[in-house]
Amino acid sequence: MSTIEIDIEKSNESNCTNESEMKKVNTIELVNKNLKKRYRAERRFKAYGLVSICFALLCLVVLFTDIISKGHGAFFQTYIQLELNLDEDVLEVNDIQNMKQLASANYQGVIRQSLRTLFPDAKKRHDKRKLYALVSSGASYQLADQIKAQPALVGTTISVFVLADDDVDTWFKSLDDAKPFIGRMSEKQLVWLESLKKSGSLHKKFNTTFFNNGDSREPELAGIKGAMIGSLFTILVTFLLSFTVGISTAIYLEEYAPKNLFTDFIEVNINNLAAVPSIIFGLLGLAIFIGMFGMQRSIPLLGGVVLSLMTLPTIIISSRAAIKAVPPSIRQAALGMGASKMQVILHHVLPLAMPGMLTGTIIGLAQALGETAPLLMIGMVAFVVDVPGALTDPSTALPVQIFLWADSPERAFVERTSAAIMVLLAFLISMNTVAVFLRKRLERRW
Amino acid sequence: MEQSIEKIGPTIGQSLLENPKMSMRNVDVFYGDKQAIYDVNLDIGKNEVLSMIGPSGCGKSTFLRCLNRMNDTIEGCKVTGSFDLEGKNIYHPKMDVVPLRARVGMVFQKPNPFPKTIYDNVAYGPKIHGLVESKTDLDEIVESSLQKAGLWDEVKDRLDQQGTGLSGGQQQRLCIARTIAISPEVILMDEPCSALDPIATSKIENLITELSENYTIAIVTHSMQQAARVSDRTAYFHLGKLVEVNDTQHLFTNPDHELTEAYITGRFG
Amino acid sequence: MSLHLQRDLDSLKKEILQLGNMVESSINKALVALSERRPELVEEVLQDEIQIDLQEVSIEESCLKVLALHQPVAVDLRFIVVVLKVNNDLERMGDFAVNVAKRAKELSEQDPIPCPAGFTDVVPQTIRTMVRDSLTALVKFDVDIAREVIHMDDVVDQANRLMYKDLKALMVEDSSTVDRAVSLLSCSRYLERIADLTTNIAEDVIFMVEGEVVRHQSTGL
Repeated sequence: MSTIEIDIEKSNESNCTNESEMKKVNTIELVNKNLKKRYRAERRFKAYGLVSICFALLCLVVLFTDIISKGHGAFFQTYIQLELNLDEDVLEVNDIQNMKQLASANYQGVIRQSLRTLFPDAKKRHDKRKLYALVSSGASYQLADQIKAQPALVGTTISVFVLADDDVDTWFKSLDDAKPFIGRMSEKQLVWLESLKKSGSLHKKFNTTFFNNGDSREPELAGIKGAMIGSLFTILVTFLLSFTVGISTAIYLEEYAPKNLFTDFIEVNINNLAAVPSIIFGLLGLAIFIGMFGMQRSIPLLGGVVLSLMTLPTIIISSRAAIKAVPPSIRQAALGMGASKMQVILHHVLPLAMPGMLTGTIIGLAQALGETAPLLMIGMVAFVVDVPGALTDPSTALPVQIFLWADSPERAFVERTSAAIMVLLAFLISMNTVAVFLRKRLERRW
Repeated sequence: MEQSIEKIGPTIGQSLLENPKMSMRNVDVFYGDKQAIYDVNLDIGKNEVLSMIGPSGCGKSTFLRCLNRMNDTIEGCKVTGSFDLEGKNIYHPKMDVVPLRARVGMVFQKPNPFPKTIYDNVAYGPKIHGLVESKTDLDEIVESSLQKAGLWDEVKDRLDQQGTGLSGGQQQRLCIARTIAISPEVILMDEPCSALDPIATSKIENLITELSENYTIAIVTHSMQQAARVSDRTAYFHLGKLVEVNDTQHLFTNPDHELTEAYITGRFG
Repeated sequence: MSLHLQRDLDSLKKEILQLGNMVESSINKALVALSERRPELVEEVLQDEIQIDLQEVSIEESCLKVLALHQPVAVDLRFIVVVLKVNNDLERMGDFAVNVAKRAKELSEQDPIPCPAGFTDVVPQTIRTMVRDSLTALVKFDVDIAREVIHMDDVVDQANRLMYKDLKALMVEDSSTVDRAVSLLSCSRYLERIADLTTNIAEDVIFMVEGEVVRHQSTGL
């Protein structure tokens, strides 16, 4: 009986298993041999990274130590405690209700009288001048403010902390050094100062002047309030201009712009703008805004406009990246629901891209806060004493203030320059921290 | 079994219907110079489930996306031929895409709920199309859509939670609820279950069967078992051509075209 | 195509062919036992029957396995359905062979009567061909061979009618042969049933290949 046969392949499985097992053993041996080398390379790689980080941290530590050691002293100011006899005759005030009289009273006379009482040995005019020089020229104004607030004090004797001159201040702060500061002070002045110190009349108090006053020729009267307000106004203008223009540009380029040569041209230009040195923007401001449009020099409005030009590329580039990062599936879902293009952008793309946009904006603004060169070109380097009240008041900015003080010879200004740098750094660090915090907090997971 | 496009020949089976919901004739689709769909003629009937199967790259997803003009968003994509939704040409220059997409909804392969609350996800469509006037009406629509999608019981206590916090199957049902909240006439589904586990898949398939009583559904799927379970008619695409359209039962027991049989029995590809 | 499915389908084909061989051998043994009066072959047929039943069960399980694991469609699905039916038909053919063998045993214990020619030449030959060809058509998906098998049924019917005429004449001539002649008549009917079953197999093959149910039609194919 014949049977019908069909060809069905026989598998050679039994022969194959031995071969693959042999191959496995060889592989394991090779892997183990190379393992030591690989781990060593890994450790080396880690070490490089660690060394780099340590070096960077070291530099940072050196920088901060230098600045803080130079600047911390500026937060304290020397005052001389004096007994002031607010004699109406000396003050030349007969009606204590009259504000005008109070404002223009002879407070200097009162202070000088008190000094003479303390040190009767200053007889000659030259000596008396030296004595009076121990006190700051602005001390009388501070006294005036005090009396204006409490007119009833007239006729009494009060104990007042009078602002000391910057040389006194520097000397007093340098007493712990190897060589105490003498500067332009004469021997007699030093003797007086020693006596004041012995009697405990010299005090270091927190330097509120630094934060309340505008710039001044006298270091002890100089403050950064003007610069801070100026910077604040400038950054405000920068933010309003660059944020709105930057976001709109980014949206246009990402969503609406057709892919043609013109769009490419715009993109290339924006990317190049980010690399332009900042002083060029200052020249631009000088030539166009001041020269052609006739804007006023040295005002926060102009400073804001110039800085916003500088910040725009940063904001545009980071906003575009944020918009690109929105997953296309969300767009497709929204389009599929019948949302129009604008609805897709407003309801879905912008909210999701906002954290990235804000981060980019804050980083850009922090950069603008510390820019000096463009502001120099548009004249914010002037010596402005008054604290600006509006966007069109002449003002200066924090980095420019630092630049100006760095030029001054007085020791006290060196201290204050470093203190101002510390304030600026504090702002920058806090702005960047906010940026990081925002990014972490608002980052959505999809 | 190599088949060049020229040898495939005209579509076999019943691709044309009387009184179809959507009617496509002489459809060609190009991506730049490359042609993806060749002369397709197909009708989709009212309240039927039509599934489209075929190997990767055969053009079924491309064809599906033409039905609600999602291909408009793809650069360089050219669509020719006529697409009629109840007699009206949807590619007419004067036809506004926005109301079209309100009538023809889409569910995508990977669940993509908006990063908003569950409530807002479902409420988004009715809000932007101005379908409701009061908050109570909106609440009603949200509830009924979630119920129809079989999700209400699971989420009714947490409507204010993020939609993205749900499981994959729940997210896809949320997307379906979102789509039906605007009461479309046709629902397009592009491999809706490919990212889901078998239990979630089976829930969605049951949902499709229920929905087909009130909606016309076109579904693209890689799984022939799914097409067999869920659809009334099945269309087989190959290399951009529509090879065969037939009753699902007929196509899977005794297909008319040899290419169809070769594909569904796994004898090529 | 999935290797697993291919392998399982091939093994299923082998199994059904084995069953076909076993059944064919049983039928032959039964017919030889009948025409040559060899009762020892009858025992063999009864033993073979046990093996046939076991093989039938095994084939059914294999079919269930393919259905569960592979969810075949189209031609593969029709193949499995046909194999299940053929499996059944072959087992029934084995039962008929056993019936013939039992009659052969009875007859061998009695005095011999002249055996009609059909039992020794035409019918065994034709049936053997029909069994073999129907199974060949099954595993080769060959519709032409299947159609030939259906035509061959006429030959068996014809031979059957001749055998009936011969036995009737014998019974009329000698009334003592009635018992034995009736036994032979039964065998003849069993053989006709076997031929019908192979025709069923051939019709199922046509369904499998063409997808059309062709049963219950006249022989005018």
